[in-house]
Amino acid sequence: MSATKAAQAQPVLRAEKLSRAVPTKTLLSDISFAVGASELLGIVGPSGSGKSSLLRLLNRLDEPTTGTVFLNGLDYRRIPPRELRRRVGMVTQRPFMFPGTVASNVRFGPAQRGESVSDEQIALLLEQVGLPNLASQDAAVLSGGEQQRVSLARSLANHPEVLLLDEPTSALDEQSKLGIEELISSLTYKHGLACVLVTHDREQARRLCRRVLALEAGHVRHSGLVAEVLGA
Amino acid sequence: MLRSLFHSELTLGLAQAAVASVMALLVILLARRRHIHLEGDASIALLRGIGQIIAVGSILALLLRAPRWTSIFLLVAMIIAAGSISARRANNIPGAAKVSTYAIAVGAGLVTAVMTWAGVIDTAITSLIPVGSMIIANAMNTNGLALNRFRSEVLSHTGEIETALALGATPQATIRPYVEASIQSSLIPAIDNLRSLGIVWIPGLMTGMLLSGARPMYAAIYQFVVIAMILASSGLTSLLSTTMMQAHAFSIADQLLLKGSE
Repeated sequence: MSATKAAQAQPVLRAEKLSRAVPTKTLLSDISFAVGASELLGIVGPSGSGKSSLLRLLNRLDEPTTGTVFLNGLDYRRIPPRELRRRVGMVTQRPFMFPGTVASNVRFGPAQRGESVSDEQIALLLEQVGLPNLASQDAAVLSGGEQQRVSLARSLANHPEVLLLDEPTSALDEQSKLGIEELISSLTYKHGLACVLVTHDREQARRLCRRVLALEAGHVRHSGLVAEVLGA
Repeated sequence: MLRSLFHSELTLGLAQAAVASVMALLVILLARRRHIHLEGDASIALLRGIGQIIAVGSILALLLRAPRWTSIFLLVAMIIAAGSISARRANNIPGAAKVSTYAIAVGAGLVTAVMTWAGVIDTAITSLIPVGSMIIANAMNTNGLALNRFRSEVLSHTGEIETALALGATPQATIRPYVEASIQSSLIPAIDNLRSLGIVWIPGLMTGMLLSGARPMYAAIYQFVVIAMILASSGLTSLLSTTMMQAHAFSIADQLLLKGSE
């Protein structure tokens, strides 16, 4: 079954008529879409079109004014926020490292629930993101690309079903960018993740996504297969 | 010089206030030359200060003839005013006025009540009002510093806080380091006052006691007592206000509400 059909048949994440308004303006209006397992959906659009605002609604860092999100068929307002955010991981544009080692950063999420992560599991996660033997390294001294990889491993340590990626390569050089893209693509399939990737880079969307949602001024202008929306 | 010009105590006091205000205004003008504009805030503060202190002096003069329990009303009014004034330092954090008033009421009120019950503060209006007001005023300053620091810490660490929330952390866990930093920094003046007591400064209360004929040793020890009470009430106020403010910084869905505009 194709990713599109999978998303339609049994979406892991389904946004329904999402809107968000703040006192001075409407940020998003009537956004609906679905993402299935092992699928990478791209959200593209110019600066200020509401891409990041949309992503923040999906793990409920912000509250929708109207509409809601369903996670495996369950309205996310019925899931405790901490549990929701464990299941819907997020990687931000700028990776914020907590003080301490790479291992302590990767352990952060499970530690919030009182769960421990063994050294072997840490090594495996770091291996997956291409940072072998860096567990005891101070996270603050890593390069931007390495920190972004730690950020991915940190989210994966929570065993999420959905991964939200907010311009994860925009602060990186070209070589690091391609490495992270390759990593995102392989992790999506390997972990069966439903991924939502916000990017202003249309070429990146072409390389990584089958389907995209094009936003403009908080509205969906186009949605569909990447070739249909962004052109061949 | 002023004493030879003014023979009545009241006119002498007003003349002294005018000279001190001129000194303050000169400094404000000096700051203005360096493009630091304090004139608005500082001039209003000077006018308000003299107006308020004359009003309190008049009320005290009336209260001296009233029963001792009436001082409670004045202290309560001071707490409400202190809550409102220090909340302004929080730069419009939602709920700051309410939190500040509660925190100062409990912090300063509890310390004043316990110390009065223990006999450390005399119930005479001439003792309870000045000492109580010192405790309230210092609690107000500490509260303002704590909330101001809390706000700036949260605003400058929004990314870290939301990263932790996105990984499933509780609001309390995400914000703990910034609350601790706020409490610690707000108590620096109170701790430094205690540390430098007698070495760098001899506070007004001790000076007043000496002028009114108290023994120097008792005046010195009592000054320590007052500064220690100020530290206790300031610490309690700061702990309470930052703890209560955490609840206002997040929604019931654990979303950070205290942040820059979207």
